[in-house]
Amino acid sequence: MTDPDARWTRVSLAIACLALDPAALGGMWLRARVGPVRDRVMDGIETALLGHSLRRLHTNIADDALFGGIDLSATLATGQLTRTRGILRDPAVLILPMAERASAALAARLAGALDRPTGLALIALDEGAEADETLPTALAERLAIHIDLTDQPLSCAPELDMDRDALAAARDLLPRVTVSDNALCEMTKVAHRLGISSLRAPLQALAVARACAALAGETEVDEPDLVTAVELVLVPRATQVPESEAPEQTEPDLPDPDDTSAEDDTDPDEQPEFLPQEILLEAAKAMIPPDLLARLEAGRATRNAPSATGSGAAKKGNRRGRPMPSRPGKLDGQSRVDLVATLRAAAPWQPIRRAATGQHDRLHIRMSDIRVKQFQETSDRAIIFVVDASGSAALARLAEAKGAVELLLSQAYARRDHVALISFRGDQAEVLLPPTRSLVQTKRRLSGLPGGGGTPLAAGLKCALELAELTRGKGMTPSIALLTDGRANVDLSGAANRATAAADATLMARALRARGTPGLVIDMGNRPTRSLSDLAAQMGMPYLPLPRADSKALSAAVDTSLDGA
Amino acid sequence: MTQPFPFSAIVGQDDMKLAMTLTAIDPGIGGVLVFGDRGTGKSTAVRGLAALLPPITAVAGCPVNSATLTDVPDWAQVTHTELIEKPTPVIDLPLGATEDRVVGALDIEKALTQGLKAFEPGLLARANRGYLYIDEVNLLEDHLVDLLLDVAQSGQNVVEREGLSIRHAARFVLVGSGNPEEGELRPQLLDRFGLSVEVTSPKDIDTRVEVIRRRDSFDRDSATFMTTWHDADMALRDKIVSARAALPHVEADDAVLHDCARLCVALGSDGLRGELTLLRAARALAAFDGAPVVTRDQLRRVAPSALRHRLRRDPLDDAGSTTRVIRTLEEVLA
Repeated sequence: MTDPDARWTRVSLAIACLALDPAALGGMWLRARVGPVRDRVMDGIETALLGHSLRRLHTNIADDALFGGIDLSATLATGQLTRTRGILRDPAVLILPMAERASAALAARLAGALDRPTGLALIALDEGAEADETLPTALAERLAIHIDLTDQPLSCAPELDMDRDALAAARDLLPRVTVSDNALCEMTKVAHRLGISSLRAPLQALAVARACAALAGETEVDEPDLVTAVELVLVPRATQVPESEAPEQTEPDLPDPDDTSAEDDTDPDEQPEFLPQEILLEAAKAMIPPDLLARLEAGRATRNAPSATGSGAAKKGNRRGRPMPSRPGKLDGQSRVDLVATLRAAAPWQPIRRAATGQHDRLHIRMSDIRVKQFQETSDRAIIFVVDASGSAALARLAEAKGAVELLLSQAYARRDHVALISFRGDQAEVLLPPTRSLVQTKRRLSGLPGGGGTPLAAGLKCALELAELTRGKGMTPSIALLTDGRANVDLSGAANRATAAADATLMARALRARGTPGLVIDMGNRPTRSLSDLAAQMGMPYLPLPRADSKALSAAVDTSLDGA
Repeated sequence: MTQPFPFSAIVGQDDMKLAMTLTAIDPGIGGVLVFGDRGTGKSTAVRGLAALLPPITAVAGCPVNSATLTDVPDWAQVTHTELIEKPTPVIDLPLGATEDRVVGALDIEKALTQGLKAFEPGLLARANRGYLYIDEVNLLEDHLVDLLLDVAQSGQNVVEREGLSIRHAARFVLVGSGNPEEGELRPQLLDRFGLSVEVTSPKDIDTRVEVIRRRDSFDRDSATFMTTWHDADMALRDKIVSARAALPHVEADDAVLHDCARLCVALGSDGLRGELTLLRAARALAAFDGAPVVTRDQLRRVAPSALRHRLRRDPLDDAGSTTRVIRTLEEVLA
């Protein structure tokens, strides 16, 4: 990792680049929790961008605020159609706090707006605490500069000093800055070798390099500018560490016989310009965090999980489902007005309003009369399979249990249920598969499930509980299917102790019950275990000894229990 | 710079460009589904193609771009009678758009301010005779996708809600794009798209550099760039226009029909939509090539796009559908 001071210098430079031409860069992804460090960055941004209009959005912003719509209060009050002008119509720098909570729909709208030549830029303030809470990829892709200040100490974050005169001078210079074709090639190659497949990245890097050159008062992009651009744009997107082998194929065609006469004397100075790819890569390598792979995993997980489910269907929607009585609301472009109910609400007031306004020839409707339709939506079901893969279970009937899960999976697929898979063995539990509809993935994970080790039942339950809460937060209805032999012998802390293991399992069972998560317990031991049926009772779930016959019988049993829940 | 990036300046991605060109020649082929990585020029291609197509003639002020005065729907209350030329419409359908926005709904402002029961046309009306582009179609809510495909196929949008009963023409080419890693599309929906293409970022350095070079010069000086590519775009436009004219005269003999059927049987694709699309696409390609009859060569070139999304998915077969189509193609047309 790089040291905090260097990082802060880069932040300062990034803000300056952004201030020169916000729209060309698309914007900035700033990952930092709320705190003095972020405040300083925001102060710097505000100073640097003085003169641009800064608009703050929020993640639940309605369409009529973004794209413009009818100003209902004004329209109703005057009887004349009055429209509001949407935020996305005018050039502005948008600031989106809590960007990690932006829904796929909002991300799509903003991404579309950024693609249009309106002159918009976005500063996404990502306050994600966990690695898998991040900006939607559609947005991250369009913002040139990615900065992570998660562990920037305040001592290394002095106030940013933005020289506004220098910025103004650089802004004038920017249109005259040129990029040589070589620099362009090098940038593309570096991006490729860093494993960045999107072609937006090199373009954004070039824009940053141009801004850097303008800041330095030059009209030609040279090597330091390219290095900075690589650091700011390409490194955060890198998906692989470049190998150090240096292909020299670019050199032979460079010295053009026609041009040599003119360039001979300047050749020594020009040399580094021809070979910056290696230098750029060196710079990139120095900055690539050692936990690159871990981060990639996290990034991929988020891409699979929240987006595939949509942003989570609200339980009480206003778009589809079983109709419910309409209720007061406002026109936000999303909900549908119940005209009859609105008129009914307005009717009793007509004599009074007519008297008050003196206008007798028209219908008086006020904002408070508006009624919107509501629909009750049944949310998607998510079945969380918690499979005991411990040594004792493996000896018993792990294979049979796998068969049963596979059968259930095919049914879940037919019904479009989401499926998640947790296994526990040794001293911990792990989520093998976050809620997904992909049958193939689940099957693959399941068949690759190894067995052996202790039985950390409590850890498995805890993991299931957390995942259930997470899916509930996304608007799905979770239910848990626990498959175990019930011989808990590893407690929550990971220690092998039969007594505490059982106590911990009971504790977690109570917690599950308190949340009201439905489910069932399947005993996969050779004969029914008393302790497990007690545990099932603690959780308020039906207990089911794995039938001897075949997995089909089991799946039928599971189906009836879960449907009843 | 309201001009989109010129279609002919797009580097590589020949499959995608061909599929889109074919739908421009014969919109009846159905939509195009483009699946692939981000930043591979999917939306650039759609916008570029629409800009390249000859402008359409429509009644001024008509919300559904009607070609003649008799086509103008009654509810639109169009007062103009003159015909104007306008560019082929490309309508973006954003994720999370409500059903009201898509199909149209009661015009609330007119209802409230003037007490009139009027229809406010939605995106489908505006897309008539043009393109409807949906980015991340795989993340679109299922009921909306159902609705869209239904309209796309019938060519008519029927609205029955809030006391309105309205129908209007909605003939458009549906272009959906998405990234399969982020969610899959139901097989029933896949089948309704006419052609499907898979795009990947170019792996070859020179191609990548060329992409960046062109985009960069477009961004910096779009006027010059447009002039440079104007001729290529116009040549392609002429080719499409003459292909449209030639299309009704392209013959497909029984041997070709047999080939289509044998291909689909060998691949085990469901229903007859596979054969029909394959034939239509091959015919459009023949018209594009200036050939009077459809030959095996055209079949061979369009078969992967027309069939790859219609195969029964076998979860255990990791080889892509494209490979399967090509393999079968070799066997059947050997």
